[in-house]
Amino acid sequence: MKKFLGFVKKEFYHIMRDPRTLLVLFGIPVAQLLIFGYVVTNDIKDIKIAIFDQSKDDVTLNLSNKIISSGYFILNENLNSINNIEDIFREGDVKEVIVFEPGFGQKLIKNGVAHIQLIADASDANTANLIVNYTNAIIQDYIRKENRQQKIPLQIEPEVRMIFNEGLKSVYMFVPGTMALILMLVSAMMTSISIAREKEMGTMEVLLVSPLRPAQIVIGKVIPYVVLAFINAITIILIGYFVFGMPVKGSLWLLLAENLLFISLALSLGILISTLANSQQVAMFISMFALMLPTLLLSGFIIPIENMPLILQWITYIIPPKYFIIIIKNIMIKGTGFEFVWKETLVLVGMMLMFIALSVRKFKIRLE
Amino acid sequence: MRNVLFLIQKEFIQIVRDKTMLPIILIIPFVQLIILVYAATFDMKNIDMVVIDMDMSSMSRKLISKFEGSPFFRVNKSTFNLKEANDEMTKDRADLILQIPADFEKDLLTGGKAPVQLLVNAINSTAAGLTNAYSNYVIADFNKNIIAENVNYIAPAHVQMIDVSYRFWYNQSLDYKIYMLSGILVILVTIIGAFLTAINIVREKEMGTIEQINVTPIIKYQFIMGKLIPFWVIALLELAFGLTLGKIMFNVPMLGSLWLLFGFAAVYLLVALGFGLLVSTLASNQQQVMFIIFFFLLTFILMSGIFTPVESMPEWAKHVNIVNPFAYFMRVIRMILLKGSGFSDIAKEFYSLLIYGIILLSLAVWRYRKKV
Amino acid sequence: MKTKFNNSIIKVEDLVKKFGNFTANDHLTFEVKEGEIFGFLGANGAGKTTAIKILCGLSVPTSGKVEVAGYDVYRQTNQIKRNIGYMSQKFSLYENLTIKENIRFFAGIYGMSRKDIRIRLEELLDRLKIENLKNELIASLPLGWKQKLAFSVAIFHKPKIVFLDEPTGGVDPITRRQFWDMIYEAANNGITVFVTTHYMDEAEYCNRVSIMVDGRIEALDRPQELKKTYHVDSMNEVFLKLARVKN
Repeated sequence: MKKFLGFVKKEFYHIMRDPRTLLVLFGIPVAQLLIFGYVVTNDIKDIKIAIFDQSKDDVTLNLSNKIISSGYFILNENLNSINNIEDIFREGDVKEVIVFEPGFGQKLIKNGVAHIQLIADASDANTANLIVNYTNAIIQDYIRKENRQQKIPLQIEPEVRMIFNEGLKSVYMFVPGTMALILMLVSAMMTSISIAREKEMGTMEVLLVSPLRPAQIVIGKVIPYVVLAFINAITIILIGYFVFGMPVKGSLWLLLAENLLFISLALSLGILISTLANSQQVAMFISMFALMLPTLLLSGFIIPIENMPLILQWITYIIPPKYFIIIIKNIMIKGTGFEFVWKETLVLVGMMLMFIALSVRKFKIRLE
Repeated sequence: MRNVLFLIQKEFIQIVRDKTMLPIILIIPFVQLIILVYAATFDMKNIDMVVIDMDMSSMSRKLISKFEGSPFFRVNKSTFNLKEANDEMTKDRADLILQIPADFEKDLLTGGKAPVQLLVNAINSTAAGLTNAYSNYVIADFNKNIIAENVNYIAPAHVQMIDVSYRFWYNQSLDYKIYMLSGILVILVTIIGAFLTAINIVREKEMGTIEQINVTPIIKYQFIMGKLIPFWVIALLELAFGLTLGKIMFNVPMLGSLWLLFGFAAVYLLVALGFGLLVSTLASNQQQVMFIIFFFLLTFILMSGIFTPVESMPEWAKHVNIVNPFAYFMRVIRMILLKGSGFSDIAKEFYSLLIYGIILLSLAVWRYRKKV
Repeated sequence: MKTKFNNSIIKVEDLVKKFGNFTANDHLTFEVKEGEIFGFLGANGAGKTTAIKILCGLSVPTSGKVEVAGYDVYRQTNQIKRNIGYMSQKFSLYENLTIKENIRFFAGIYGMSRKDIRIRLEELLDRLKIENLKNELIASLPLGWKQKLAFSVAIFHKPKIVFLDEPTGGVDPITRRQFWDMIYEAANNGITVFVTTHYMDEAEYCNRVSIMVDGRIEALDRPQELKKTYHVDSMNEVFLKLARVKN
């Protein structure tokens, strides 16, 4: 036991000695959160538009002003002809052109109907869709106010309530996701690389002939990462709470326990990867491709799983972060207790045991 | 100069010989490309909804079938119990609850106005915004229809309407796949290029072979060139594979000149690989390289506008993006492929990256120490 | 033969190398004559590797005057590198390249033409009688062979001087003997050999040896003379005497 503690200490020193590694280990979660919090938003803001106003009357001027002063859009230029739209889009700054038909105001008053065409640069389909929706909302709002005097019958008025997230804050989405991503990376990637390193340098053999048992070696190597990852998890919760106002509605203890579970799972995955890889480079690329991109894209972190094709939805069932994110959202945002997340917890425990069993088997085969 | 060729030859032999790395370089990225392109869509469909219809009238049924008929929604459950509906949402089995109050039809026909309540699961605010927008489409459509059906109730001349029509250029069907493909391709090519270059040199440091090279009369810039060119070629090949795959599987439009695209990519890769080289001259072991590159990659990828419009980012983030090579290429690859932009449209980005690349490579040459 | 050792090919005067407060090389002064086998002896950590790295242009001295093959180590490292070969303590051929590929690579970056490489490679394979092994990966060879090859690579471009840093670490006595045969052969071909070692029996094979203790050169002469001076029978005893005096 004393030897084992000494070994753990050595591993700690090994990590702590290198300030670059430490900076990155603690810098990544902080930078991630700040980027997600302030930079990566789907909010539409300051989108450059062009207006082709063939009417130039009071109504079109009012409406244009309303659109430009909304904060969503910035007027890049007024067009005089429809022909140069192509060129403008190709330059890449302007994302939408608003076209008012000739005699717009007159037609609106006389016929009750006037036409606007919105031409969006849909090379970014998602943004194009959002921009068009926002513009339309402003236009409809304008006309509703104009019509306020009149009584329009036969209208359903939807009353919308945003559940769990009244203010539509994106923090509710990115804190759980960042947590999954960071814990996965710190735990799985770091352990797999650090074990692969011992193998590559030939020092693993030295360790294996030492009086330490193989299991002790592996555990000794992962303990420092458990601690680091756990500190990262707490940092994320604290920044989420104090900087972005992300609540912890459910039990904090349950939250921490689930974090610990996920960290252990990620570590066992890292060990498994290291048994497959014989060099750091291989360990890193496997971690990168098998962990980072799927955690970003297939876990429901950024993109809702329901939108994916059926086959991919099935694939998401084997992505551990998916379950972790569900659990975290339940505890932090919905404030539900263990009775709502026991199934997901069980899945994570099962996966962890499977990874451990596989690694042990791999390890034994190698030794024989 | 001839000694650079020997260096390049050696790198290629080593790359081809490594039976574990070769599939990682050649196959996995493309499997990823296919899977992730399908995954990374904000295309909302099959939004699960629960309906609470307290009215049970023909009007309320009409509204519900309007939702059911739209491609966006899927009615999973009908109930009269709000708590039960909320439970469904808590358990993530529903993202939208439509609540139709009693007397809905009566209010609509007599008072002219009838409220319905939409409860949206807003944990993912983007998805919530879109769910909201789509349900409003359905309701607006419903409104238009009932006005048309009951035209005798109203005097149309008093009501002003603006008819808004949309045109989505370059991508009429709002297919997210072609957009995401170009973005993910940029990431994969960069990851492969930057990591392989950086790790390569540090590996030689760790193995001690770099010392043997350092006692030869090879000049610093020749060494850097010898390390740059193999991975530069590999990254360009990966780009070509990826584009071919995109053409075959997703029919990605290629409106602009492919020569221009590859010309730009060639310059872009000088930056990406130059960055890898610079990191490798600063780090002493592979773990450090991975951490440093990883940190920058993750930050740069998220800020590059792969998922979200760069325009909406705060000012400081736009300034950070001046040094973010991803942001340039992400923008330009989409301009060339999807919009057919020509050289004059991307000239600014081209020259910026060229200068950037030269700076990074000079730094790498300068930082590379043949002696301690 | 002895008359050949007239011109100094390496001149070191007052060489000092410090790492922070630690002085690895403390005012070294010595010369190596053209064509001789010069042994650089000392215990582990005595400063041998530091000195050899300076002579090869891998490390910059803190102060002192150092000239290798007529070139200055501060300003003309590239000219020096053109004229030397080096075999490091840490084994450094590429494990995942074959014998042929390793030789072609290193010869190539020394600027040899493909034709010259081919001719000399055949000579070498023939001399070492390893024609059949040329396409074997370095990783698959025993350590002794690896070291013989590393030495062959270090002199492949016919340098004026070859620096060998602990070349025979970890190999059996027979291989060591064979290795020294190769060193003699190189010396006969006019290559000056500068070799560090901590095997004192190997010191007997050198024309002249210097013995370093704690960063300083404590003795420098031909092995016979040293043994005479210290009234002992072997270099090992010379060394023990010197080290004991120090401690």
